[in-house]
Amino acid sequence: MDVLWDRGEPVAVRDVVRALADRDLAYTTVMTVLNRLAKKGFVRREAGEGRAWYYAPVASREQYVARLMLDALSLTGDRETALAHFAQSMTAPEAEALSQALDER
Amino acid sequence: MNAALHLAATFVLCVAVAGPLARARWVWRAPRTGILLWQMLGLSWALSAVGLLLALGLAPHDAPIPVALGRWADDAVRGDVTPLALLVVLGLLSALDLVIGLLWTWGSVLRVRRRHRDVLALVARRDEAAPGAFVLDHPNVVAYCVPGARSAVVLSSGALTALTRDQVDAVLGHEHAHGRERHDLVLLPFSALCSVLPKVRLARSVARAVALLVEMRADESASLRHGAQPLASALRRFGSARPPEGALGAADVAVAARLVRLAGLPPLPAALRCSALVGGLVLVGIPLSFLVR
Repeated sequence: MDVLWDRGEPVAVRDVVRALADRDLAYTTVMTVLNRLAKKGFVRREAGEGRAWYYAPVASREQYVARLMLDALSLTGDRETALAHFAQSMTAPEAEALSQALDER
Repeated sequence: MNAALHLAATFVLCVAVAGPLARARWVWRAPRTGILLWQMLGLSWALSAVGLLLALGLAPHDAPIPVALGRWADDAVRGDVTPLALLVVLGLLSALDLVIGLLWTWGSVLRVRRRHRDVLALVARRDEAAPGAFVLDHPNVVAYCVPGARSAVVLSSGALTALTRDQVDAVLGHEHAHGRERHDLVLLPFSALCSVLPKVRLARSVARAVALLVEMRADESASLRHGAQPLASALRRFGSARPPEGALGAADVAVAARLVRLAGLPPLPAALRCSALVGGLVLVGIPLSFLVR
C-alpha cells in the first residue's frame, strides 16, 4: 500500500515487486495481496498496456487516517458503540469540519 | 392473577429504581458491582415486561405460564382465539423485538469494527513509545480501543507528544482493560435498548450511567497497575484539548466524575457490595420464577 501511495499513479504488479525487492516477495504473493485489497475496496484495478493490470489507491493515506479519526471521535450511533475511547477530545464543529473535508474530495 | 401482580410489581420496581441508580454516586466506589447490578436490573426489567403481557393474556388458563402457553398455542392452532390472545402475541412480539434489536446493534457494530480494523492495518504503525498499541499519525489527541476477540488499542501521534511516558502507560492500561474485560459486550444490550426505545429518556440516561461505570472500571484497573495520578493527569490533559468556553457536554460531566473517583473515593465495604448483588439476584429471580416452572 505504501508503494502505491508513494507513486501517485497506477502501478503494475511487477513494479510493486521491484519496489519491494528487499523483501524478496514472489510475484504471485504481491498479486494476491493487491487483489485482496481491491476486493476490500482499498485499491482500484484498471487495465493497462498489454495484459497487465494496474493498481491505484482509492483514497490517500491522509484520507484514511481522517476516516479513522472520525470513527474514533464520532458521538453518534454505532460508531460510538463500536469503539471505546479514553476521552472525547474533539468538539462537534471540529468533527463536522473533518467530515466535510472528507466529503469534498 | 397472582403471577401478573408479581410481574407488574417487579416491572414498576425496576423502572422506579433505574432513575435513582443512574444518579447514584455510591456505585462509583464499586464500578464492577454497579455494572453487575445494572445487568441484573435490565434482565429483570425485560423478563417482567414480557412476562406481564404473557401472564395477563394467559390468565383464563389459570396455570403456570409455560404450561398455559402450551395450551394457548393448541387453542390458537384450532382457531380458538380470544381477545386476550392479543396480549400474548404482543408479549411474544416484544420479546422478539428486544432480541432483534440486540442482534441488529451487534451486527452493525461488528461491521463498523471490521472496516475500522482493515483501515487500521493499512495506515497505523507500531511505535516503541506505545508498546502493544497501533499509532496513527494525526495531531489530535486520541486514544481508543477496538474491542473484539483480539482487541486493538490505538493511540494518535498527537497523544504521544502531549503525554508523558507514565501517562501513556496509564492510558494504554485503561484501553487494554476495556478490551480484556470485553466492556463492549456490557454496553451492547443497553445501546440496543436505546435503539428499541429511541424516545425514552430513561433508557438513554441508563445507557450513559452504565457507560460511565465501564470507564470507571477501566480507570480502576489501569490505576491498580500504573497509579491513579498519571491517569488523572492524562485525563485532564485530554480534557484541555477542547476550548474551555461553551456548555458542558455529557462527556465533560463524565470526565469530571472520573476525576473525582481517581482523586480517592474509598471503595465500597464488602457487606454493602454483597447486599446490592443479593438485591439484584432477587430482582431477577422474581420474573424468572414465573417464566420457568
